Amino acid sequence: MSAEPTPLTIEEVRHVAKLARLAIAPERLPAMQAELMAILGHIAQLQSIKTDGLEPMAHPLTLVNRLRDDVEQTGMSTAEILRNAPATEGEFIAVPKVLGGESS
Amino acid sequence: MTSMNGMNGMTSMNGMNGMNGMNGMNSMNNMPGDLVTLRDQIQRRDTTACAAIDHVLEQIASSNPSINAYHEVFAEEARAAATHIDALIAAGKPTGPLAGVPIAVKDNIATRLGRTTCSSRILENYRSPFDATVVDRLTRAGAIVIGKTNLDEFAMGSSCEKCAWGAVRNPWDTTRVPGGSSGGSAAAVAANLCAAALGSDTGGSIRQPASLCGIVGFKPSYGRVSRYGLVAFGSSLDQIGPITHSVRDAALLYQCMAGDDPLDSTSAPQLVEDVTSTLEETPRSFRVGLPKQYRSGNDAAVDAAVARAVDFFRAMGATIVDVDLPLTDVGISTYYVIAPAEASSNLARFDGIRYGHRTTSKTASDLFELYAQSRAEGFGPEVQRRIMLGTYVLSAGYYDAYYRRALQIRRLIKQEFDKAFESCDVILGPTSPTAAFKIGGMTDPLAMYMCDVYTVNTNIAGICGISLPAGFDTTTGRPLPVGIQLQAQAFAEPILLKIARAYERAQGGREYPTPSTD
Repeated sequence: MSAEPTPLTIEEVRHVAKLARLAIAPERLPAMQAELMAILGHIAQLQSIKTDGLEPMAHPLTLVNRLRDDVEQTGMSTAEILRNAPATEGEFIAVPKVLGGESS
Repeated sequence: MTSMNGMNGMTSMNGMNGMNGMNGMNSMNNMPGDLVTLRDQIQRRDTTACAAIDHVLEQIASSNPSINAYHEVFAEEARAAATHIDALIAAGKPTGPLAGVPIAVKDNIATRLGRTTCSSRILENYRSPFDATVVDRLTRAGAIVIGKTNLDEFAMGSSCEKCAWGAVRNPWDTTRVPGGSSGGSAAAVAANLCAAALGSDTGGSIRQPASLCGIVGFKPSYGRVSRYGLVAFGSSLDQIGPITHSVRDAALLYQCMAGDDPLDSTSAPQLVEDVTSTLEETPRSFRVGLPKQYRSGNDAAVDAAVARAVDFFRAMGATIVDVDLPLTDVGISTYYVIAPAEASSNLARFDGIRYGHRTTSKTASDLFELYAQSRAEGFGPEVQRRIMLGTYVLSAGYYDAYYRRALQIRRLIKQEFDKAFESCDVILGPTSPTAAFKIGGMTDPLAMYMCDVYTVNTNIAGICGISLPAGFDTTTGRPLPVGIQLQAQAFAEPILLKIARAYERAQGGREYPTPSTD
């Protein structure tokens, strides 16, 4: 593992934007590349710290599988849920055609 | 034991009546700034909840245009709630411990009332169908939600400049930032536009703005306060907490909000100790840890404030010990892997389908384009940058080098605190290396991230911390507040708050900014 971050190419920035579902305009890509490189350059200091054998700590608490009792509860109404939907048809949320559409 | 015992040799200090008497009054008007004094006056019928609400609404009308703390104000609903409380009190009926006090809520905390926007275009018209647990608990205790406050978009920032509804301004000097991301809440408290406010803290977002605005900001231990209804940013780091005029107010709000919540599986099941009834007890002996890593790169006024606090604690009889936190300066790097990773995952829910902004572009003909364009239009530049960073560090080939490694270093940071807390009860240092900076004065994202050098590790380790007003920087024109921070071990809120309160008592009442005339 090198101490310096691998330089981030424009192609990689475009790939990450695709993974992140962000339509970044082509003319914005070089600025994004430079900003990410600067941050990754700083973060590279993590590579110099010895971490062998350390268990990763994903969370401050060590709670596991806390489940509530499986009892029926009153939920939100359909109207409440649909109130924030950008497009609806009857009791459904409307979306563009899905089949044959996903280009990723 | 009473607080007097801990104050041996400190009789010249005016702290004994602290926030109880005239010191708690805002010199600009007759309404008390702090929540507990106002609450007591309402209960004694020296004033009414309606008068308090009307007063705060007048203050908001005159000051908010120049400060921009609030995004939305609930005048009619607040007046109705106050009328109800006053009727209960007049009838001699029981009311909650917060009856009639106006509270501001950061706009990333869900309220049925009004909108919950996270200061983002993507949630511009979002109306929550439910109240966050904290809002539910505070309103059940009688608090009145007066409005929603601006933040750096999705709580990502340290200046409140990155807010879709305009920059928030520091009441002490409106050419300067209030800090962030809970800058609207901090500015509202500092300018006396509410009795107290709620903020959220992922890497310093309660404590840093409290420091820059000259008030109290308290981040409880991870899990102490339910996150249900807090729009998730970094789920393993986020914590809601109070931003207040006093430690006494912070303790009371914490007491009313904290505790296990069946709606948040990451809320801590440990019982919450009573912190309000024991708050005035100064511990007979306690140890204050001073990390040498907290002493470089700070403004002189910040170092001087910490030095005065050291003298104060020593004079109280505390033992001052040196502690070693060598990983302090890798906190920002660790944070800027973990927090963006969690954010990129959490913010994936904003896709323009079920709620939030959906693009109207004709070119978004399929689902992928609909997602990508809706998100690009709805998220601001800093949020996009962090989603990109988080997506990158979690992506194939980089996960081990960045994300997994950061989680290992997180464990080292936790172990470092554990070791330090073997020799001290609280760790003392600056909250922020500087006082408030000029709006537009910090353009480099990385430089902005460094504002949180003393606060991020609190969240990384899951421990608790509080920022206290500790004097002023007078070298910059208008006097600017500086803060000190006390940190304590996870679930050590009782001793943290007692020591903070002892410090506060000795300072007397808080000072208020002169209202801006521009």
